[in-house]
Amino acid sequence: MDDFAKTSRRAFLRGSAAVAAGSVAGTAAAQDAPDPLITELQDWATFTGYGVDETPYGLPIKYEDDVVRRNVAWLTASPISSINFTPIHALEGTITPQGCAFERHHSGAIELTKDDYRLMINGLVDRPLVFTYADLERLPRENHVYFCECAANTGMEWAGAQLNGAQFTHGMIHNMEYTGVPLRTLLAEAGLDAAGDLSDKWVYVEGADASSNGRSIPMEKALDDVLVAFKANGEALRMEHGYPVRLVVPGWEGNMWVKWIRRMEVTDAAVESREETSKYTDVYEDGTARKWTWEMDAKSVVTSPSPQMPITHGTGPLVISGLAWSGHGKITRVDVSTDGGANWQTARLGKQGDTKALTRFYLDIEWDGSPMFLQSRAIDETGYVQPTKEALREARGENSVYHNNCIQTWYVNEEGVAENVEVS
Amino acid sequence: MSKSLNLFAPALGGTALIVGVAYGISTKNYGAQTIENLEAQLASSQAGAETASAKVQAADAEITELMAERDALEAAVASGGGLTQPAPASDAPFNLGREALPEEVAAWDVDVLPDGRGLPVGSGDVWTGEEVFVEQCASCHGDFAEGSGNWPVLAGGFGTLADEDPVKTVGSYWPYLSTAFDYINRSMPFGAAGTLSADDTYAIVAYILYSNDMVDDDFVLSNETFLDVEMPNAGGFVLDDRAELEYAHWSAEPCMSDCKETVEITMRASVVDVTPETEEEASAEHSMAEPETETEMAAEAPQEAEVVEAAADPALIEAGQGVFRQCQSCHEIGAGASDRTGPQLNGIIGRTIGGVDGFRYSNVFKDAAETGDVWTAEALDAYLADPRAAMPGTKMSFRGLRNPEDYAALLAYLQSAGAE
Ligand code: HEC
Ligand code: HEC
Repeated sequence: MDDFAKTSRRAFLRGSAAVAAGSVAGTAAAQDAPDPLITELQDWATFTGYGVDETPYGLPIKYEDDVVRRNVAWLTASPISSINFTPIHALEGTITPQGCAFERHHSGAIELTKDDYRLMINGLVDRPLVFTYADLERLPRENHVYFCECAANTGMEWAGAQLNGAQFTHGMIHNMEYTGVPLRTLLAEAGLDAAGDLSDKWVYVEGADASSNGRSIPMEKALDDVLVAFKANGEALRMEHGYPVRLVVPGWEGNMWVKWIRRMEVTDAAVESREETSKYTDVYEDGTARKWTWEMDAKSVVTSPSPQMPITHGTGPLVISGLAWSGHGKITRVDVSTDGGANWQTARLGKQGDTKALTRFYLDIEWDGSPMFLQSRAIDETGYVQPTKEALREARGENSVYHNNCIQTWYVNEEGVAENVEVS
Repeated sequence: MSKSLNLFAPALGGTALIVGVAYGISTKNYGAQTIENLEAQLASSQAGAETASAKVQAADAEITELMAERDALEAAVASGGGLTQPAPASDAPFNLGREALPEEVAAWDVDVLPDGRGLPVGSGDVWTGEEVFVEQCASCHGDFAEGSGNWPVLAGGFGTLADEDPVKTVGSYWPYLSTAFDYINRSMPFGAAGTLSADDTYAIVAYILYSNDMVDDDFVLSNETFLDVEMPNAGGFVLDDRAELEYAHWSAEPCMSDCKETVEITMRASVVDVTPETEEEASAEHSMAEPETETEMAAEAPQEAEVVEAAADPALIEAGQGVFRQCQSCHEIGAGASDRTGPQLNGIIGRTIGGVDGFRYSNVFKDAAETGDVWTAEALDAYLADPRAAMPGTKMSFRGLRNPEDYAALLAYLQSAGAE
């Protein structure tokens, strides 16, 4: 069996299993015999279910246990300094549940209590300050939905189609509703008179974990929309996302969203930490590298159908569902192609997009069973159009690792099985 | 303190103000429009048949509800997409937080800038650096900083940045030496960050420079000589220029139809076949592979039993010494062994779990020590196979023996080297 056939068989297993189990879930085809699910008394309709004291904090029902984060073991030497991926192929809407939102740690996720938490502001400030967690809860707060995307999302795809699944190609992203204090409020508490002219100043931020993951943020951004957040999707941050407090740097690469944030220093120069020199700099074809590439450019991907989400219902109505986002503001339009970029149709946006947040898009079609090359192309409020892979490669080569926002192609065959491909 | 607000007034205060005003206006206008609409609706419904008045009333109520919903939506859009209106800015501080003491700032503010600011007083030479490096770093980064397995390479790679697979090391890629000092001082060794002395850090950095052929073996690095070192790739970086080089070209109205003549597959992920398998697939494959594994284990089992009893096969002990390389970045064993990232391992079989006085164990080890349980060969096997599964919460940041079959040899070595 050739490789593609093997993959097809694997991917198709789920679909064919469903077929074998009787009528395909959700497809109400004409029946010869009455459906026993309807005509016979079912256990759940006669016995009682679980009581309200059963699950003080619930997890998804067991039938959804394949909707989980996954990692790619060969990517890194140790799972402690590594990354896993959000199962975006299986999620809908725009908000990412915390429990399956991707994680990236440089020295593992730490357990830090609110009582042991301290936040220091020092450097070129009028009064170096130390805040406790309780202090932060007393400052005026805001709620915002923002996406957080690792700069390396889709990074494995520069040299060619590699990973077979939207989770692996595009899953270094999550989108949550954050509650936090604007960073500018905290800086104002410490006082910025000592900093003088603010236009060339920086705020260097670092975490309490062993990696410290220091990053330098230009003052203009720090005073704009950066949040010092302590809640996500209404509840406390999860350990793996920086409990009790993390930085939220809207539209900018995930590495700057320092977790377990413990110190912010106003400086007159970028620190040029390891995470902004050795890493998170983009090497181009001639060997020079671009640095301080903070913004995440507009990007989109079809999440279903996709390699982990084959079409199992045969021909007829098909929902093409996907996500789009831009670090420069709102998504204003998404186009979808089913023929590899020859012809495009403008998709329906699931909801008026928020700025620097995920936008859901849909294209509802009648699938006639012929093979498709699915692509999506995002346009943001600046007019920027998501580029093709060729355009990106032409501009940057294949070695930059980070900031790959190319148009993705899924090949869907007659059976509905999808594969990650590149097309001419 | 109000400086920030002044300087970025157009960007910040300004937007907030404009948004605020726009919000006010739009709600007012919208309110007026809504009322007008509703009145029109009402008028038209009243003009309808009197008998349908109940129906009409219900329809009106529905319209009102819809309008309220649209108002809320409009307001959310007006406030800039955020879910709350901006937090109030205030010129008077809230007076929360307390003054940071100088000792506290000194303890946390250890970053080093490219111009050398932040460097502690100290020095270290290449030879000392080699010693410390081999002891504390080589297990992951190789004796000569050349890297091992998937762990980062720290030396070499010169002239490869334009190749297909650039090798980015401290020597070939890093633009500033300050970054190496800063990072190693704070974040390495992995699993014992923040434990290096200033002198040792200078020595290690000197050794890494030496491994990169950037200095001679008599080189001494100190806060005074620091800026003398030239980094080969210092000029290799440009600031983000996507705005000029890319955004300008990628903002035209895109083609919508007949954009290509042919669409052919040029590459497919299934050919590379590096995607991890999902659980069901993995277990299916596992069960296929099982017979093989079983025979392997059966072949090795008697050998292992023999070893535990005899515990003195020199070849096996030697093999075990090799395996112990995975441990030696954190553990010492033998005469004079002391605690490092992990406790010393002398006489480990039969020793109380978490029993080394003065070592700062994790809670799970502290609890184990309280029960007085001792290490058995079996318990240690389980712990080393998967530390976090066997002792949840252990602070040993070791992912488990790379090859579980190595345990017999490792055990032989631990028992021989750590015999008291
Ligand atoms: C247990 C394994 C281990 C040991 C021991 C270790 N390191 Fe590391 N080192 C790592 C890992 C893992 C990373 C990458 C961390 C990350 O992903 O952020 C790293 C990264 C580095 C880097 C940055 C590499 C780059 O290209 O950005 C340097 C420099 C470094 N280590 C130096 C040292 C020094 C010096 C020592 C000894 C004092 C040491 N390491 C000990 C595992 C180790
Ligand atoms: C990255 C550092 C690191 C590495 C590598 C490492 N250990 Fe550990 N080890 C520790 C730490 C830290 C502890 C203490 C665990 C705790 O308190 O939870 C520990 C605990 C132990 C203990 C328990 C000691 C006691 O007194 O209870 C044993 C035994 C042990 N390690 C053996 C090994 C062996 C054998 C290897 C190599 C195969 C190894 N370790 C690799 C850091 C490490």
